[in-house]
Amino acid sequence: MTDTTEKHEDWSRPPATEVGIIGWLRKNLFSNWFNSILSLLAIYLIITTVPGMVEWALINSVWGDKSPEICREAKGACWAFIYEKHRFIFFGVYPYEQHWRPLVAMIIFLTLIFGSCVKPLWKLGWWIAVAWAVGLVMVGILMWGGVFGLKYVDQNQWGGLPLTLFLATFGTVFAFPLGILLALGRRSRMPAIRSLSVAYIELIRGVPLISILFMASVMFPLFLPAGISIDTLLRAQVGIILFGAAYGAEIIRAGLQAIPRGQYEAADAMGLSYWQSMRKIILPQALRITIPPMVNGFIGGFKDTSLVVIIGLFDLLMTSRVAFQDINWRPFFVEGYLFCAAIYFCFCFFMSRYSQWLEKDLAKGQNH
Amino acid sequence: MTINTGESEGLQPAKAVFYNDPKVRAIFWQIVAVGGVIAVFWFLIHNTMVNLERQNIASGFSFLDLEAGFAIGEGLVPYSAANSYWRAILVGLLNTIKVAVIGIVFATIIGTVVGVMRLSPNWLIARLATVYIETLRNVPLLLQLFFWYAMIVEVLPRAKEAYGPFLGVYLSNRGFNMPLPDTWGYLGLLGGFLVALIAVIWLYRRNKKIHDETGEIKNTLGPSMLIFAVGMMIGWLAGGAPTSLDSPEFKGFSFKGGGEVTSEFLALWLGLTLYTASFIAEIVRSGILAVSKGQWEAAGSLGLKRGQILRFIVLPQALRVIIPPTTSQYLNLTKNSSLAVAIGYPDIVGVTNTTINQSGQAIEGIAIIMSVYLTLSLSISLFMNWYNTKIALVER
Repeated sequence: MTDTTEKHEDWSRPPATEVGIIGWLRKNLFSNWFNSILSLLAIYLIITTVPGMVEWALINSVWGDKSPEICREAKGACWAFIYEKHRFIFFGVYPYEQHWRPLVAMIIFLTLIFGSCVKPLWKLGWWIAVAWAVGLVMVGILMWGGVFGLKYVDQNQWGGLPLTLFLATFGTVFAFPLGILLALGRRSRMPAIRSLSVAYIELIRGVPLISILFMASVMFPLFLPAGISIDTLLRAQVGIILFGAAYGAEIIRAGLQAIPRGQYEAADAMGLSYWQSMRKIILPQALRITIPPMVNGFIGGFKDTSLVVIIGLFDLLMTSRVAFQDINWRPFFVEGYLFCAAIYFCFCFFMSRYSQWLEKDLAKGQNH
Repeated sequence: MTINTGESEGLQPAKAVFYNDPKVRAIFWQIVAVGGVIAVFWFLIHNTMVNLERQNIASGFSFLDLEAGFAIGEGLVPYSAANSYWRAILVGLLNTIKVAVIGIVFATIIGTVVGVMRLSPNWLIARLATVYIETLRNVPLLLQLFFWYAMIVEVLPRAKEAYGPFLGVYLSNRGFNMPLPDTWGYLGLLGGFLVALIAVIWLYRRNKKIHDETGEIKNTLGPSMLIFAVGMMIGWLAGGAPTSLDSPEFKGFSFKGGGEVTSEFLALWLGLTLYTASFIAEIVRSGILAVSKGQWEAAGSLGLKRGQILRFIVLPQALRVIIPPTTSQYLNLTKNSSLAVAIGYPDIVGVTNTTINQSGQAIEGIAIIMSVYLTLSLSISLFMNWYNTKIALVER
């Protein structure tokens, strides 16, 4: 014990097993026997799968402009398939030499979506709506053409990522006001209006989207007077909007319920009419708290648009599938699905992170 | 008010014009709304009737008694193409219920495990769980179903060269084949199990009562195991101690005998389970996080062990947060099982869709699909609401 003072420097430092890499490993991976077993299992799992996957995807894979024969001989992934088919996967059967049009339309679209996500821009208020209107007109002109010397392209030829984005965005943009009306209706004091809203919301939420899409594709033509027909794309879009409205209504209802009663009573006491109090007092507060769940709803809607494959529309998933129906590229379905999944993942992951950030950011303003 | 009657007569608010009376307005708007809905419906129904008449389609459900004339890949009840549409739809319905129930059970187990894993102090395990959750949540379910189905059909060996890790168990691109009990003697085993189960429940209740009255904690786990072992042993012996199994064998072009899980079911089940589990995992995680740290510490200071804290303090509180969103995940799984139609599993949507194509009875078909899902959704909601009230906080 006497010599401890001499080694003062030594014992004031933590033991080597508690700091650095070893310390981190002990603390995070091998804190007790149960954790150690789990860690070893996890390491074993990673060692058995990851190197093989990396070898397949990166080392033994075929990149660039190569023929399917070279791919068949290679042991790894055939990214040449994606190289060959990427234009088809992105734009479907849109005329090949006109592909710049959906590309520009998509860029406008994404700019609008990303722009609307930037919080400092929110104070522009109605200008955002104006920007959307202008942007959508431009997108429409680009996609359909027929004016300004652009060749007319029928919407049957639209496909790929732009179609997926259209279905998801229009689905949200139009479902939103409908959802507000339904939510207000469900909380209305008028029994007839309340029952109608409840019936609609519960009916739609009780059935799968597929049945709505089937209804849109098989039953809808029967509903219309003879001689009027609406094409499948629009019918699917209407189905997605009607479906999304019921889910949106429930999210907004949750927001309405979160507003303290005093706000409603205060608005009444000010002598505001129902619509005035909703528009100026209740909805601005309720919608603010529903933004994060709304973004989550949008993610769900974005993924759900892939269901239009079942009624034969050429969205991103369908073009990816059709791409490897090509007899030369048949064996490379894994690459096709992975590419498609990666695109969906990028969008959804970005949006979910955005919604998490927004939730925190909006909560910040509430607590000071 | 009474004091001022004399002077304020002139200040009495004039009686509002009748169209400004809120009550009258409410009635007016309700009549407009209901009238509008009725008008739209009448318009649609009228058009439909005209269109049906023009296409010579008879409406009504009498077509259900006609011969279906199409084969169905798998089902829980015997069915052949000579049976009626009605029976075909029943087969589809049972297939939907089958995949939904099995999917819910496995999604709950996997979801809970992954959710707890994500909270693990073990860095590697937590990361693995995060990667699993983020990947599966952010990719459309339909894509995942296509992927699993393609993997099973294209990557697994053909039935002839099926992969057989154990005796009688085969995995091939046709699905999964396994041995099944082949004599009724096994019912003895089942009977023994059920009797043992009742005995264990009784034991558990008795011990709980003793604990409530005297505070004495009796060991339940050991005796329960013993009861199960003895009960099943006796049942097995009473059934004549059967040992033979009906093992699948590859004959001609396919497996004969034993139990079969088709590749379609396998893909659908795998996709639904893994996808829904990733959502349930997040719910479980947030449920456990919702129980404040003080609860752990308070329970610890009362001298409870870690297992007891989880069982008696944390889980009952976490469950209240977990159950409502989990219910909606169960509903989602059930509704998502309709995607079976994309990979050819004969669920209610797939079978009814074939029925619609053959008979032309679109409206009736869609009505059947919708009412089936509404009924299923309602049943799950009712059951989960009952469970939720059962475990809800009982306040004075």
